[in-house]
Amino acid sequence: MDCKFDIQDLSVYWRGNLSLKKVSLKISSSQILGIIGPAGSGKTTFLRSLDRMNELEPGFKAEGRVLLDGEDIYGAGYDAVTLRKKVGMVFALPVALPMSVYENVVYGPRLAGIRNHDRLDELVEQSLTAAFMWNEVKDRLDMSGLRLSGGQQQRLCLARVLAMEPEVILLDEPCSGLDPISTAKIEEALTELKKKYTIILVTNNTKQAARIADQTAFFLMGELIEMGVTDRIFTAPVHKQTDDYVTGRFG
Amino acid sequence: MDKRHFDVELDQLRQKLVMMATKVEILINHSIEAIRKRDAAAAETALAMDKEIDRMEIEIEEAAISLIARYQPAAGDLRFLVGAIKINNDLERIGDHGVNIAQSAALLAGRPDVKVLADIPWMAGLAVSMLKDSLDSFISGDSEKAREVCTRDDQVDELKDQILRIVLTFMMEKPDFISSGMTLILVARNLERIADLATDISEEAIYIHHGKVIKHGAEQQPEASGQDVVS
Repeated sequence: MDCKFDIQDLSVYWRGNLSLKKVSLKISSSQILGIIGPAGSGKTTFLRSLDRMNELEPGFKAEGRVLLDGEDIYGAGYDAVTLRKKVGMVFALPVALPMSVYENVVYGPRLAGIRNHDRLDELVEQSLTAAFMWNEVKDRLDMSGLRLSGGQQQRLCLARVLAMEPEVILLDEPCSGLDPISTAKIEEALTELKKKYTIILVTNNTKQAARIADQTAFFLMGELIEMGVTDRIFTAPVHKQTDDYVTGRFG
Repeated sequence: MDKRHFDVELDQLRQKLVMMATKVEILINHSIEAIRKRDAAAAETALAMDKEIDRMEIEIEEAAISLIARYQPAAGDLRFLVGAIKINNDLERIGDHGVNIAQSAALLAGRPDVKVLADIPWMAGLAVSMLKDSLDSFISGDSEKAREVCTRDDQVDELKDQILRIVLTFMMEKPDFISSGMTLILVARNLERIADLATDISEEAIYIHHGKVIKHGAEQQPEASGQDVVS
């Protein structure tokens, strides 16, 4: 399987404090990588390092290399706009823009210069379909995105990312505030989407990683403790720390 | 930190399984003693004990399924619960074989003693020691002991074949012996199954404690693909 991301000895410092310690791993394309670990383990820092979102924060410093399709995204001259076109992100809290469902989806493509109405209509249908919500909203695309339920708003955010036609989707706790039905819809969507995209999912819900991730990585105190095929991580992990965490005994 | 409810319930299940294993061990020892002594009354006692074991099997199975449904365990806990369900089933079947042996003892009671019986206690001793060691390895996680049980299974199989040959020879020579011979073959067959099930328990013990699958001769480490990273 193709290697999408090749992370080599990535260390991250916040105001001089080391919060990610020499993490090295490879992420294959067309797979879901689940990232689990307790609060403060560095999983969100790691995720945000993959699209250089951390560098917007003061006091951030990164060492090591993050190769996306063989190119170091922290290398001199690597364009952040190009990076964010390739790598989309869905956050924990759904942030629907105060505009219609349709406008929410076409917001990014319009910024990227797409003006053709037919093309935009096509992107809206494609993205909402892929986010498993086209049938729910196709007759009310002009309704405000803010009137959707929490679960629908999160899928709208996913559709907004998909409309940019990225290659990688990063998700940071996308189901943290959602009910089981909405969570299941997001999970169904991700399972379908992995055929076309590389998906990296940070989750505090270990069962979610067990259900949908192909590979799972366990982080603890800024270190990658163990990464492997999800079945193995949840049935026979090598590290006792991993075992303690996935069985809920940690701490 | 106080134990979680899950851990308390898991401990209770473990204790119940150990209690069931002890009862099965007693039943098997009782049945084998009955064969040695040609005890006609042994079958009734064995049947009573088996009813108790059957009841425990249902309780343990229900408790394990309930724990899986309510807590969705993972890793070591999941291996223990799945292993417990299998061992529970193995123990129940061992109990049934014990009853069969006790019933054979009742059939053999009163029949003329024959030399061929000499190998049955030997085989029984081996099967019982395998059962004891498999249960010890389940409780302690001693993988060496568990592996050793698996190697002893071949000896039991050879003994069964040997007994079969001798009994068949006797049966051909003395038609009067056919009925007793058939009973002895049945006893040997039950002992062989007990040894097989003890082997299963040992294999489960290794999986529960170490996450390694060794059954069907296909020992494999936890899957370690090229993607694996272990610090």
